[in-house]
Amino acid sequence: MAAAAELSLLEKSLGLSKGNKYSAQGERQIPVLQTNNGPSLTGLTTIAAHLVKQANKEYLLGSTAEEKAIVQQWLEYRVTQVDGHSSKNDIHTLLKDLNSYLEDKVYLTGYNFTLADILLYYGLHRFIHYPGIRQHLSSVVFIKNRLYTNSH
Amino acid sequence: MRLFVSDGVPGCLPVLAAAGRARGRAEVLISTVGPEDCVVPFLTRPKVPVLQLDSGNYLFSTSAICRYFFLLSGWEQDDLTNQWLEWEATELQPALSAALYYLVVQGKKGEDVLGSVRRALTHIDHSLSRQNCPFLAGETESLADIVLWGALYPLLQDPAYLPEELSALHSWFQTLSTQEPCQRAAETVLKQQGVLALRPYLQKQPQPSPAEGRAVTNEPEEEELATLSEEEIAMAVTAWEKGLESLPPLRPQQNPVLPVAGERNVLITSALPYVNNVPHLGNIIGCVLSADVFARYSRLRQWNTLYLCGTDEYGTATETKALEEGLTPQEICDKYHIIHADIYRWFNISFDIFGRTTTPQQTKITQDIFQQLLKRGFVLQDTVEQLRCEHCARFLADRFVEGVCPFCGYEEARGDQCDKCGKLINAVELKKPQCKVCRSCPVVQSSQHLFLDLPKLEKRLEEWLGRTLPGSDWTPNAQFITRSWLRDGLKPRCITRDLKWGTPVPLEGFEDKVFYVWFDATIGYLSITANYTDQWERWWKNPEQVDLYQFMAKDNVPFHSLVFPCSALGAEDNYTLVSHLIATEYLNYEDGKFSKSRGVGVFGDMAQDTGIPADIWRFYLLYIRPEGQDSAFSWTDLLLKNNSELLNNLGNFINRAGMFVSKFFGGYVPEMVLTPDDQRLLAHVTLELQHYHQLLEKVRIRDALRSILTISRHGNQYIQVNEPWKRIKGSEADRQRAGTVTGLAVNIAALLSVMLQPYMPTVSATIQAQLQLPPPACSILLTNFLCTLPAGHQIGTVSPLFQKLENDQIESLRQRFGGGQGIFMVAGDNFVVLQAKTSPKPAVVETVTTAKPQQIQALMDEVTKQGNIVRELKAQKADKNEVAAEVAKLLDLKKQLAVAEGKPPEAPKGKKKK
Repeated sequence: MAAAAELSLLEKSLGLSKGNKYSAQGERQIPVLQTNNGPSLTGLTTIAAHLVKQANKEYLLGSTAEEKAIVQQWLEYRVTQVDGHSSKNDIHTLLKDLNSYLEDKVYLTGYNFTLADILLYYGLHRFIHYPGIRQHLSSVVFIKNRLYTNSH
Repeated sequence: MRLFVSDGVPGCLPVLAAAGRARGRAEVLISTVGPEDCVVPFLTRPKVPVLQLDSGNYLFSTSAICRYFFLLSGWEQDDLTNQWLEWEATELQPALSAALYYLVVQGKKGEDVLGSVRRALTHIDHSLSRQNCPFLAGETESLADIVLWGALYPLLQDPAYLPEELSALHSWFQTLSTQEPCQRAAETVLKQQGVLALRPYLQKQPQPSPAEGRAVTNEPEEEELATLSEEEIAMAVTAWEKGLESLPPLRPQQNPVLPVAGERNVLITSALPYVNNVPHLGNIIGCVLSADVFARYSRLRQWNTLYLCGTDEYGTATETKALEEGLTPQEICDKYHIIHADIYRWFNISFDIFGRTTTPQQTKITQDIFQQLLKRGFVLQDTVEQLRCEHCARFLADRFVEGVCPFCGYEEARGDQCDKCGKLINAVELKKPQCKVCRSCPVVQSSQHLFLDLPKLEKRLEEWLGRTLPGSDWTPNAQFITRSWLRDGLKPRCITRDLKWGTPVPLEGFEDKVFYVWFDATIGYLSITANYTDQWERWWKNPEQVDLYQFMAKDNVPFHSLVFPCSALGAEDNYTLVSHLIATEYLNYEDGKFSKSRGVGVFGDMAQDTGIPADIWRFYLLYIRPEGQDSAFSWTDLLLKNNSELLNNLGNFINRAGMFVSKFFGGYVPEMVLTPDDQRLLAHVTLELQHYHQLLEKVRIRDALRSILTISRHGNQYIQVNEPWKRIKGSEADRQRAGTVTGLAVNIAALLSVMLQPYMPTVSATIQAQLQLPPPACSILLTNFLCTLPAGHQIGTVSPLFQKLENDQIESLRQRFGGGQGIFMVAGDNFVVLQAKTSPKPAVVETVTTAKPQQIQALMDEVTKQGNIVRELKAQKADKNEVAAEVAKLLDLKKQLAVAEGKPPEAPKGKKKK
């Protein structure tokens, strides 16, 4: 998924009404956002964090110092590891690592849903649906009923 | 909380520098671990630095750890810092790791290192000077500064890699480096060894992939498809439907190939390999193979093409070799010419001519050019002082003299350079010089020599370059090397040598001299053509009609861009000069250079013994062709590329497409009813095909190979999504859909077989035989994707194209070719042992007959056996003489083994070498 499309989806899920226009920079097509008040912002996670603040949903960036650092760590992981030019081998390692990390967690930070979960989900989407990878994993059944109401 | 760090791991620098921020807010315990320790339980690969939080959670990202420390100190996150850190992780780190790897692991210097990070450094410098702040995110030092400083410190602490002109970066870096926390972190991590402290860590990192190659991934991924306009799609469909009809008639084969007025006439040369060296893979990719791809491509375009090459045979080295082998120079050349020709035949190089320089035509043309130059006053005469060995009755080339270094007194200095102090030496200045062949003392004699007056020709050369370079496809390195020679000013070049084995100089007083190889080797292209056809001048004195492409490695550039053009311009005979000079960079072997003298690397004749087919070698060498920057041959990568790109991608697609036709449609291509999706695929394939053409027209051989792989990836996805194997069992509409998908796929396979022809000619022919592709479609490649296998076409028997390479197989090859301590080179069936650099006494070159690996193994077994005999005898306290005899046998065997392995034989104990 192109970064611009991903950011537009994020805007929608954050409830931001006006759609931003994104340009793309360089070979890797890094998204660039021209903000109204100030210089342009470059980079997927940078822009995503900016959008979260715009939507007044800072809690998605973590509440404590620890959570904030963890959110940023996984955002970095998304753009360096998940988006890196990974071979099938790398992808397997990556999925294995994530699986063992998430074994005792609901979300990446533990119990709170954050921007890291959103972007990592988008990033993994393309592997999970790639047949060669998918065949080793059972399909995940999504339950549409909300089991937990979000406190926020 | 606990911070795990490790010596010599770059990420520990910023983390330690930032740790102070947390002081007073949390207790940070610092533990030093090994760089390979797995601290984080959920990560497969080792990762340091790591911060274990009191909650039990881990931070394993350098930036996140630093961020956490800053957050604890009350700092608040902002967009600009986020942006710097994201840039650091995605842009700066890959560039920096490459630069550090080149510097520390590969021992490169200067621009080779700086080249990969220059853009990133400039970006920082510009940002600092544009915002006019001393720090990255404002007036005070903050998170972004520490993280970037820590990343850059190992490289920039060496002033050679902190470009002066980037003044804002310069002062920012100095400011941070002088701060106490930063200084302490640097001392802890680098231990005052500078960047070398990172060596153990960096050696374990994978070799960075060249930046250009990054756009192309090796594994199937959802690739971003370009958006297509309706017209593009419509045009692709029209072209497709025309099919075979749109193919022009095949050009009739001419013999000899001669330029034709009104056609595109392409003359292609590959640098002439020197006759008594067996070419290694670096030589092969550098010229003959690269030129071959272009020649084959040129023929597919129906351009009138002549591709020539040959062995360069004159010179000192041949003479010396002849002496050693007790043959005449001509016999040496005859012998090695055949070895060369065999190797290139095995690699399937499609020369129209593979000639040689020791022919009467060479003498005739060289002397003619010389006479023209002489007549026009472009030849100077001067006296040169040289060493002459009276005993051998010849002047000594620099490398055939040894003596005492005039600078440091080292006793075994060579005629051109002292191995001890490294200074360059003028051979006549050596004290106590010795002829390396006979060990007698040479005398200084002055000798008359001829010089080509390059300064006088410089202006014409510049005019010609001014006309030729703009819009041409000279590679950047060729342009750069040429410009740097011109910038330094051309000097007269000596064109004669005191030798016998060469082209005679047709001038009184020069009867004992010959032309120096660099003057007459490039004339070899002309004489080789002259031996092919008496109408050679139609190629070589026809600049209006002929497009000359010359292929070489970058060290050969000056002879082709300066020296030969000057000779040709000075001779004023309307010679065809190079239009496109294509120079490659160097190919390294694993981590070091291919080195004949150290026996490192794979040589042409050994490639055949690996059991890996020539086409696989061609593919891999072209895949890593050092285009634009040096690249490296790696066994693991060869295995990976074979198994992923050839087997899983290309081979898999072509095989599946063919199998569906055979299995579901009885071997007949089914009817195709194109849906809009199919039409879009047609247009994508067409686009990629056109990209392939654009790249090959610019001789970007490596990049064009990517286009082939991209098309086959599209093909695989197309099959995967449409699942013809399921639809064939479905309804009538499903069956029709399966037919369309199969038909389109098999046509893509046919297109791929033609695009692949320049790269893998044998595989290409195999595919075409399997698909029974009609002959004209096999030999012509248009810029449009045509339906060359229409409905009803019957294909042949389909079978797999590639074989999987196994780890053990590759590992044993790596060990075989790894290059131990031995100093050997390989020439044909003989291992030729060159003297070790440090061995004092001569035996310039010693030839040992056939020592194939089996023989080495046999010798090893014998050594072991004999060793046991000796041990047993000693244990039995046997008779001294008996033991001594067996020990002598053992030593002799060991010596034989050492020689066979190419190691310098060990000196017997007690008689230490000086």
